[in-house]
Amino acid sequence: MACFLVPMTEAIVMTVVQKVAEKKEGTKAVRVTSEDGCKMEKMPFSKKLGWLNKLLWGGSALLAFEHLWHGEVVPFFPFLTAAKEGPEAVSEMLGEMGTVGVSMAALITAVWVVMLIVSKALEKKALKLQTAE
Amino acid sequence: MTLLVSVFAAIICTAIWYKTAPKSEMKVGLLCWLFWGSSLMWLVDAIFEYAELGAAYFTPEPADMLNDLFLGLSVVALGMIIWIIVLLIKDPKGVIKGKLFRKKS
Repeated sequence: MACFLVPMTEAIVMTVVQKVAEKKEGTKAVRVTSEDGCKMEKMPFSKKLGWLNKLLWGGSALLAFEHLWHGEVVPFFPFLTAAKEGPEAVSEMLGEMGTVGVSMAALITAVWVVMLIVSKALEKKALKLQTAE
Repeated sequence: MTLLVSVFAAIICTAIWYKTAPKSEMKVGLLCWLFWGSSLMWLVDAIFEYAELGAAYFTPEPADMLNDLFLGLSVVALGMIIWIIVLLIKDPKGVIKGKLFRKKS
């Protein structure tokens, strides 16, 4: 009914967090040397936060369209059809947001955490090679 | 069906992105994020629907399937519209800038 609002809210919060992280990181950069001897810069954390934001914003945007398609969201006030239908529909909508919406946000975040772990492992491998040289 | 269309779009875009990486002149990465994000969200939707309907989830009515296919294709079209707008605004190859400004000798 409006499950996409949960990941969209997370996207808004995380975009602010990313902007703050970008400011804190400033121009600091960690340099590493790749296997073939190329000098490279390690990806800053704010950029990795950007992965999460892109997934959240992308998914929310296309899901918002799906809700528009099914008439659950309308482009005029009160925007959510359930809000017009009464308290029963609203409680059903909130229930769906609490189950499906939260699960969507959790899955996206879990996928991002896996991406972080994999990238960290790859970075460690590159740093080990650098210290071995 | 919508999930399936979105997953196929995500896989195709990721393959194209990988083929053209590390160059990102066409900003295909944006399409990857859009379609993977929506695919993950629809996967959750599908899991909840499966929990409710059971095996009946895999045998939808033809009319529902057609509507879902139509929706899936519309979602891909919307994703591509977002991508083309971002591509033209960011203009990584400088084509639009080149059309708007002439070099003065």
